[in-house]
Amino acid sequence: MTRSLDTRALLMFALVGMLFVGTGFVQSWNIALGIFNMGLISAIMALGVNMQWGYAGLFNVGVMGFAALGGLAAVLVSMPPQQDAWAAGGVQVLLGLVLGAATIVLAILAWSKLPAGRMRALTMIVILVGGFFLFRSVFDTGVAAVEAVNPSAAGYLGGLGLPVILAWPVGGLLAAGAAWIIGKTALGLRSDYLAIATLGIAEIIIAVLKNEDWLARGVKNVTGIPRPVPYEVDLQQTEWFLDLAARMGASPVIFSSIFVKLCYAALFIVVLLALIWLSEKAWNSPWGRMMRAIRDNEVSASAMGKNVKARHLQVFILGSAIIGMAGAMMTTLDSQLVPGTYQPLRFTFLIWVMVIVGGSGNNWGAVLGGFLIWWLWIQVEPIGAFVMQGITAGMDPDAWLRGHLMDAVAHMRLLTMGVILLVVLRFSPRGLIPER
Amino acid sequence: MDILNAFVTLLNFVIIPATAYGAQLALGALGVTLIYGILRFSNFAHGDTMAFGTMIVILCTWGLQGAGVTFGPLPTALLALPVGIALTGLLVIGTDRVVYRFYRRQKAKPVIYVIASLGVMFIMNGIVRFIIGVDDQRFADGERFIISARTFRDLTGLEEGLAFRTSQGITIVVALIAMGLLFWFLNRTRTGKSMRAFSDNEDLALLSGINPERVVMITWLIVAALATTAGTLYGLDKSFKAFTYFQLLLPIFAAAIVGGLGNPVGAILGGFLIAFSEVGVTYAFRKVVEYLGPEGWSPDGLMQLLSTDYKFAVSFGILLIVLLFRPTGIMKGKSV
Repeated sequence: MTRSLDTRALLMFALVGMLFVGTGFVQSWNIALGIFNMGLISAIMALGVNMQWGYAGLFNVGVMGFAALGGLAAVLVSMPPQQDAWAAGGVQVLLGLVLGAATIVLAILAWSKLPAGRMRALTMIVILVGGFFLFRSVFDTGVAAVEAVNPSAAGYLGGLGLPVILAWPVGGLLAAGAAWIIGKTALGLRSDYLAIATLGIAEIIIAVLKNEDWLARGVKNVTGIPRPVPYEVDLQQTEWFLDLAARMGASPVIFSSIFVKLCYAALFIVVLLALIWLSEKAWNSPWGRMMRAIRDNEVSASAMGKNVKARHLQVFILGSAIIGMAGAMMTTLDSQLVPGTYQPLRFTFLIWVMVIVGGSGNNWGAVLGGFLIWWLWIQVEPIGAFVMQGITAGMDPDAWLRGHLMDAVAHMRLLTMGVILLVVLRFSPRGLIPER
Repeated sequence: MDILNAFVTLLNFVIIPATAYGAQLALGALGVTLIYGILRFSNFAHGDTMAFGTMIVILCTWGLQGAGVTFGPLPTALLALPVGIALTGLLVIGTDRVVYRFYRRQKAKPVIYVIASLGVMFIMNGIVRFIIGVDDQRFADGERFIISARTFRDLTGLEEGLAFRTSQGITIVVALIAMGLLFWFLNRTRTGKSMRAFSDNEDLALLSGINPERVVMITWLIVAALATTAGTLYGLDKSFKAFTYFQLLLPIFAAAIVGGLGNPVGAILGGFLIAFSEVGVTYAFRKVVEYLGPEGWSPDGLMQLLSTDYKFAVSFGILLIVLLFRPTGIMKGKSV
């Protein structure tokens, strides 16, 4: 592992580290730690994208969807189950879903087992249409019953009531399942098709999260997801914590907030380090060499007997699982699932900027990009406001243009990210820490 | 049984809106497919190019309205359209010079272009938000209806009204004109023929002395015109919001792929196919069935296959089916 980090890379990490330390001194340690925690999550997402893009050259623009599935896992695993809702229609909803899945399986079976011809197509259509109406009739009544139970506070099935940490691997599994479906259809075709298929599935996942109230309350949001770390209010009443705060000479309120963030950071760092270790192992293994061989020349790799499509599917699922895990961690950090906040520019394309800027094909590069770009994404706005203040200082404070320019600062970050992406892609296409 | 009323309802809520929407998608998909045919990459910035062009048209419309210029019963935006096309043309050609030409010289892989187009998308999105903001903007003026529901009822004595909005009529007419011009250009003019030759076989086209930079420049100009027109028509029909235009990317790509990437006729077919499925699947057919069924009977549910929130799922579903069974699209498109 030490081999993989040369002086240049270490220098880069030191510089990015200084950005965070600087934020701590100039603004506050609370803010710096907040950015750092999201930076850790971004770094994990970037690792997942790097696995798909850097290892195998797969172009996935559905990062948002996989992250949202992770978020869903956090709700499904950790929220307490809603007994009333389950009694009202939970079983029926599940039955409906099983019927829907059975229809699809049956249709696929019919397609693959029956002899080709008009009969086959007809049978499949009959199965699909009949199955759809059966599914809707069972499912819809169940959903109506579930959503009618205490809609203002619950109106959904709730989760399993398990510790939220378990949601992280579960989120990975959910994302892996979605990736399997996409990969089965779109891999093996042109690279652009995978991009568009992933773009589509991401939008659909968000639409499902927004509209299926029985699942995770839709746009009514699930709040108060249990935490894996102590709560600030509890800490502020604990003997040893107050002692510690007094010894540090900090006010218990601020120190408790910092302490909680540090706990999260510790958890995330453990996950990140484990993933980097595994990724590096994979990269340097025969498997990793095979993936690069396929990436660089698919024809010769398949001539050597490598099953290109199967390997692509494998790495696509692995990368998506990592993204799903990061999505679950993010929802855990926020303690809430808000489907309305999932925006493709923030969740998909920003992660791509991280990977390209950091260095595609290098795990450390992806991690560095995650931290750097996330820091910029947050800090461009205050910096932009500061600059704009300077530009408009000479203007009449009530002038229309001045107001418009000050309002427009909020959109600076998109512009900045686009420029950074294009500049890096052009002048340093291998990124800050290039692939070895 | 009341077939006439059922048909009018269907016309009013499904056929007319879907035709207008289909025309908008088709224009968008034509732009995507042309870029794909000539420059050989999927342009993710297309939705934001549409948004940029529409924004210029809107600003220009406001200027005209401020100066007291209107276009009689037609929306003023049509007068502003040429300005929008010209400025968008300048923008995309500038983008090509600054961004894409470099990769063309390098003979970069298509996916690198796609990533570059992501960067362009960010910047265009930023510019649009910077100038006009993120709010809904309505800029349609002139007559609202060609036939309003009330006039139609009075005219025919039917129970159901039929509203045919000016924006829908204009969309269909303008789209037809634009498509006619495009096909005339591609099939009859020398430049158009050289574009098709370049798309079919780049090496052979180069060998016969076609100037690639010129072909690329003209392609971008046409794409700018198509994108601005599509965006303006969509904005007139619904409303302008930067984020909606970004989301149009999915149905537009679906239309282009379903039709066969690189095939202009396919893009138009794909656009209408996607639009009709989207509207048809998400429309509640209750009223139509009520008219068709026996007197005094009405179905229990809404007779809606999917809620409107899942309209993306429709274009996506069609896309998946096409990818599974016919990856080159309905009309034969470029290689898989």
